[in-house]
Amino acid sequence: MRRVLVANRGEIAVRVIRACRLLGLESVAVYAEADREAPHVALADRAVPLAGSTAVAPYLTIATLLEAARVSGADAVHPGYGFLAERADFAAAVEAAGLVFVGPTAETMAALGDKVAARRLAARVGVPVLPGVELAEGAEPAAAAGLDYPLVVKASAGGGGRGLRVVERPADLVPALEGARREALAAFGDGTVYLERWLPRARHVEVQVLGDGRGGLVHLGERECSIQRRHQKLLEESPSPAVTPALRRQLTEAALALARAVGYRSAGTVEFLLDEAGRFYFLEVNTRLQVEHPVTEWVTGLDLVALQLRLAAGEALPLAQRDVTLAGHALECRLVAEDPASGFRPATGRVHVLEWPTGPGVRVDAGIAPGSVVGSDYDSLLAKLSTWGETREAARRRMLEALRATTLLGVATVRDLHLALLEDPAFVAGDTHIRFLEARYAAWRPPAPAGWPALLAAAALARAAEPRAAAAGAGPSGAGPSPWQTLGPFRLGEGR
Amino acid sequence: MRRLETRVSTRTAEFETNRRHNEALAAELRERLARVRMGGGPEARARHAARGKLFVRERIDRLLDPGTPFLELSPLAAYDLYGGEAPGAGLVTGIGVVHGREVVIVANDATVKGGTYYPLTVKKHLRAQEIALENRLPCLYLVDSGGAFLPLQAEVFPDRDHFGRIFYNQAQMSARGIPQLAAVMGSCTAGGAYVPAMCDETVIVRGTGTIFLGGPPLVKAATGEEVTPEELGGALVHTQKSGVADYLAEDDAHALELLRDLVAHLGTPPRRAVDVAPPEPPAYDPRELYGILPADPRTPYEVREVIARLVDGSRFHEFKPRYGPTLVTGFARLHGYLVGLVANNGVLVSEAALKATHFIQLCNARGVPLLFLQNITGFMVGRQYEQGGIAKDGAKMVNAVATSVVPKFTVIIGGSHGAGNYGMCGRAFQPRLLFMWPQGRISVMGGEQAALTLLQVKLDQLAARGETLDAEQREAFMAPIREAYEREGSPYFSTARLWDDGVLDPLETRDALGLGLAAALHTPIGPPAYGVFRM
Repeated sequence: MRRVLVANRGEIAVRVIRACRLLGLESVAVYAEADREAPHVALADRAVPLAGSTAVAPYLTIATLLEAARVSGADAVHPGYGFLAERADFAAAVEAAGLVFVGPTAETMAALGDKVAARRLAARVGVPVLPGVELAEGAEPAAAAGLDYPLVVKASAGGGGRGLRVVERPADLVPALEGARREALAAFGDGTVYLERWLPRARHVEVQVLGDGRGGLVHLGERECSIQRRHQKLLEESPSPAVTPALRRQLTEAALALARAVGYRSAGTVEFLLDEAGRFYFLEVNTRLQVEHPVTEWVTGLDLVALQLRLAAGEALPLAQRDVTLAGHALECRLVAEDPASGFRPATGRVHVLEWPTGPGVRVDAGIAPGSVVGSDYDSLLAKLSTWGETREAARRRMLEALRATTLLGVATVRDLHLALLEDPAFVAGDTHIRFLEARYAAWRPPAPAGWPALLAAAALARAAEPRAAAAGAGPSGAGPSPWQTLGPFRLGEGR
Repeated sequence: MRRLETRVSTRTAEFETNRRHNEALAAELRERLARVRMGGGPEARARHAARGKLFVRERIDRLLDPGTPFLELSPLAAYDLYGGEAPGAGLVTGIGVVHGREVVIVANDATVKGGTYYPLTVKKHLRAQEIALENRLPCLYLVDSGGAFLPLQAEVFPDRDHFGRIFYNQAQMSARGIPQLAAVMGSCTAGGAYVPAMCDETVIVRGTGTIFLGGPPLVKAATGEEVTPEELGGALVHTQKSGVADYLAEDDAHALELLRDLVAHLGTPPRRAVDVAPPEPPAYDPRELYGILPADPRTPYEVREVIARLVDGSRFHEFKPRYGPTLVTGFARLHGYLVGLVANNGVLVSEAALKATHFIQLCNARGVPLLFLQNITGFMVGRQYEQGGIAKDGAKMVNAVATSVVPKFTVIIGGSHGAGNYGMCGRAFQPRLLFMWPQGRISVMGGEQAALTLLQVKLDQLAARGETLDAEQREAFMAPIREAYEREGSPYFSTARLWDDGVLDPLETRDALGLGLAAALHTPIGPPAYGVFRM
């Protein structure tokens, strides 16, 4: 393995390219036209433009990506997360093309990607599952008769909250089923759904596993991701404030049992719901790197992406369970481009000013740079801040400082929501659950900054002074660079 | 300078309709350009590649400094002409950068009928030379041509602006210190042989490059002598024996390297000192142009909305805003360069023409280049206007435009009709570059006006005989006139005939003009002088 094509964009592409560089592997970025100026393109050793009818299509078209791998001479493909990362057919196509897929085998992905099958497998290896029923396409909802409400309808092929519906009362079941089926069919081409008990006060807890598919298998502790908006995680931490050492043993054993059953290779995550009584239930397996992997990296000191790459290159797992130590506490805040002041509508615009926090125990994973244009075509995740501390409290304080030191002008983000959350007494007490945001922040609005008009006026003045200062430097004689130097490979009819 | 304030809402149905329409026009342009870039088709390309030769655009890309612009000129020349057999007229011309220096490139595309010269090939070659002369840019000829296209020799060979003019221009430019350099990368037969021979310095490729006045078939017919092309005029012959060429290249890539070397030691020409500021993109998204330009070209719209999406920071200092408001004049920066804009915002009336004349004099006095944005039905007609002397006021404007000493640039963004075309610096008034938008229409008058005018003449004739036409007959009379104007008014009809230097996507216009303004900095600007203004 010599040259890795990173079949993704944004912060995760940047993350993977960095890991490649660390291991002495060459990296190949791919980009749709809208991403021409994106940081991952500039960072990679090579970059291949992808053709496509929309901004998203190129990243989702297997043939296009394989062609990019071919022209760039890549011998491995890292899918990142999202896009094609959990598509078994992508993994299979990559391997059929003679390339290494950095992830589990296509068989594992197919087996675990079907949520109904994964649920059955969990039950078989003794992992607790919630009471529920499977409903093939067209099956009658009468099968749900014995279940207690509330229920949740999920798509078997689902992910990212799509095809997922909560049903509070029996009367809502039929419309919810129909809606979920329709959504699942549109999003995944498969209308199979299943019903499960819904635990509204439960926590989302997940266990990171890492295996080499040849017997080497470890867990890297758990993460709690209960702070979610519309089933999208917003703030994650490791360890979970609700998990005792005894519970951790049970959770991680359950996760390992499942991973062992499929001979898991690469990094994966087993997700659970944890109820108020400390009982946990299997949710699903994510056969890829998670967005929130930095919190695990903080507490274990490991580089998960580098390990993924080494495992993909055929190395055996270089560590045993006793080598894994969990130290301190880590938090991650996702900076997503959504505007809390307007009901979390997707925010777009150009990043005019960008300053990141630095200092001990602070990490930034960003997919944007000053001048980046944030459109509505892609996932709204712009960057992730993560902090580490000896204790949860220390990590929390660092995160508050890190968020305050972050300046991102031009695109609205949820930064202020994170600031509020981190100071919420319930969060500080670790008393969280998956409807925490819904219950406490539905009507939340960011506070108006003090002295706003004066700040705006001062900023405008400073901005107005800029070009004049620069012009004085450039001189009046045409000494500045001409468009012949600045325009790049301009060609008529080839778009800009 | 103040930022223009937009009044456009991007959320109206009209904006959406326009956007769809204009994006389709841009897509059509891109598609046509992409097709032309393929040259003479797969078979000819395969033959070309089999000889180890690079394609014409590959040659240009290698010749230019890596990652720098190439402002191609009239890529759609001969579009839909000669039975579609001569894409781009078999010639690629444009301005690019070699060793940091702007040059004009004239490169034959041998995949198009062996690179032979159709009438429009000659016209395109001469236009590139004219641009080189006006802007004092070295000429780099990448020669790969069988000479004149013999079936059309009468339209290629004898006249003033025919084949011979190419060599006249080479001599004239060389005499004025504008370097003439060539790389012979294929045949240079007959007249074509003079292109390298007239150059200051010439490179020739071993194996594929040949230069001779008469090829082997002609020699055999004339003298009976049998000779191979290589013996007759190959690279070794010319670099060792004849001295027709100066440097021997092993292949295309080597030839281009040598040609770059020749440019490297031409030295840096002086540039005119101009007022330049750090460039700044427009404050309003230029993509909104698609939603602003009306889908129906006859719908009037606010030209300041266009200006706001072309110029630096959307800043515009308007001159005489309250006088003659159907014409907008004022100063702005484009890629940092100060320009004087003259833009139609309605029909031309006397006040507008006088304002334009005043403004053009202002720009000439200060050495500020002029940019004309044409969207003009013409000068106002009618008793009141004729008696008010609109013809003499229009004449003042035409006079000022014609005698301007500053570089002029014209973009036909909408209609270009009647004397409006002249007053607004149409082709005849020698703008350094003239571009058309896909939305542009160019004809002596609008199709509907022409049809109505001719109908009126017809009706007058019939009336003299006591006859007339009913509604159906009138329509039958007018329809073909409208159709002809529609066809001949198309920007593709125009660009095929070199009435312009290319059709531009509105979104590429700012960059193309910026390149043109920068390329125009090599010529000094003389003192202004005008003809007699009729007062």
